[in-house]
Amino acid sequence: MSFFEHYNYHLAIVLAMIGLYTMISRTNLVKKVAGLNIFQVSVFILFISLGVIEDGTVPILSPDHEVYSNPLPHVLILTAIVVGVATTAVALALVVRIREAYGTVEEDRVHEQDDAL
Amino acid sequence: MPLLIDLLSWALILVGGAFGVIGGIGLLRLPEFFSRIHAASITDSMCAPCIIAGLMLQSGLTLVTVKLAFLVVFLFLTSPTASHALAKAALHGGMDPGRTRRLDGEAES
Amino acid sequence: MDTVVDILLLAFLAICAISILRLRDLFAMTMMFGLFSLISAGLFTTMDAPDVAFTEAAVGAGISTILILATLAQTSRREQATPARSKLVPLAVVWVTGAVLIYGTADLPAFGDPDAPVHNHVGPHYIQESGKEIGIPNVVASVLASYRGYDTLGEVVVVFAAVVGVMSLLGLRRRPPGLRPARGKPDPNDVLKVIATMVVPVILLFALYVQFHGEYSPGGGFQAGVIFAAAIILYALVFGLDKARQVIPPKVLNRLPAAGVLIYGGVGVVTLLLGGNFLEYYALAEDAKTAQHMGILFIEIGVGVTVASVMLLIYFIFSERGRGKRPDEGNGDGDGDGDGDGALSRDEGGTA
Repeated sequence: MSFFEHYNYHLAIVLAMIGLYTMISRTNLVKKVAGLNIFQVSVFILFISLGVIEDGTVPILSPDHEVYSNPLPHVLILTAIVVGVATTAVALALVVRIREAYGTVEEDRVHEQDDAL
Repeated sequence: MPLLIDLLSWALILVGGAFGVIGGIGLLRLPEFFSRIHAASITDSMCAPCIIAGLMLQSGLTLVTVKLAFLVVFLFLTSPTASHALAKAALHGGMDPGRTRRLDGEAES
Repeated sequence: MDTVVDILLLAFLAICAISILRLRDLFAMTMMFGLFSLISAGLFTTMDAPDVAFTEAAVGAGISTILILATLAQTSRREQATPARSKLVPLAVVWVTGAVLIYGTADLPAFGDPDAPVHNHVGPHYIQESGKEIGIPNVVASVLASYRGYDTLGEVVVVFAAVVGVMSLLGLRRRPPGLRPARGKPDPNDVLKVIATMVVPVILLFALYVQFHGEYSPGGGFQAGVIFAAAIILYALVFGLDKARQVIPPKVLNRLPAAGVLIYGGVGVVTLLLGGNFLEYYALAEDAKTAQHMGILFIEIGVGVTVASVMLLIYFIFSERGRGKRPDEGNGDGDGDGDGDGALSRDEGGTA
């Protein structure tokens, strides 16, 4: 099963690339924000996969278990998730303002209007 | 007796899974939006409660069973409401439940 | 069996991400986005991370989806097509980067390997010492609130900064509520109102449970704050924005994020004044474990207050801004139903 040793990491990278591609190839700003979120989730999956211990359990101390999964990645990713939603909120606020200023949220039309000034 | 409970819980979980598959097939194959809501709600009303009932049998008389029971009550409250909200939004948006549309866009009455 | 679930969930995630990429109907994309977050929450649960799954489900499938919907209500519903030629360079970049990264993972330890370097340093220390030094079962909570308390302070300040950013960009209410004409016809929202009336108190109670039980089970300030905000947002969606804004008066709501950060920092200042270091909870009480409990309790309250009020404020700001606006339909395709309520059209979602 050597393929499945790194399956999680490979799929996390595949997801990251899908998110990256969404961000750089699509012109709609809301789509770019969604791509950013996909990228962030893929990084979370990578970190949590690194923290899994085989036959370990949830890191909540209990008398029935001895081996616990590593709690440190969980803490880091908890912080990262909340920071991610903060970033998304500000990004979407910017999108709303761009829409009000330019009348569109397609990036190339925004650039056209800027160049025409 | 424990064997019977085990078998029963397995049966319930498998039945719940089967209902989930049926709901999924209906979601894809039925011709019209409102009938597809009906198929999706089969998942809410049969698949999830059957699986949760099977899990309740697995965990016996512990706190976990009580929490699962709360889950089922909550699901029964909120999932049909979601289907209702979906149908209401579709009606408001102008979909006409009287006409049947095929997936490729032809209309039949 | 775990491996099979893992493989399937990750495959579903990839399919979901590709569909988010290709859907040009942005409302459909938002729903797939919520599904993506939910499946990833399920994945985190199977990887022994229920705290993370909890937060991802509440924040990703809840708040982020709502915010994207609120943005779409003010912008267009469809995305314009991308010409094939301008996809070539991004595609090449992405393939090359992906290949290099996958080559780079060859040296990573196998998934689940207990001898990996990451498990030999601080992780076992936290697991072994947390019970004796802090005494709460949830190791993630003890690491978050005590061992890594500075990071969490930074996180709370980031959340606060987000609400400051959104407020500066979009502002808040300029005209007073109650100017809408009264409705004469029977309320078509009856079913939703009944169910919401039954469910909102339960959600609020659950938020309090998650907040205070977070030391013994997955939970804590962040999840509790988001769930609390979700309850009020549900109320706002069913009963209208004006009524929801009266639940917490604006004067109080605008000051709550800062109050939460002050509570958190205040605990640190109090420990300084009592003779310890910043956020060294041992200064708070005689018995070490009691002191840790008190410190963790107070900062979690600060976190919960800030997160709840920030999520709520951001939702109110987005909804206020979108009042009375009509989305256009992008390039003229779409349903022409310009009343901004997100209802479905006959055009049932196209793909690129």
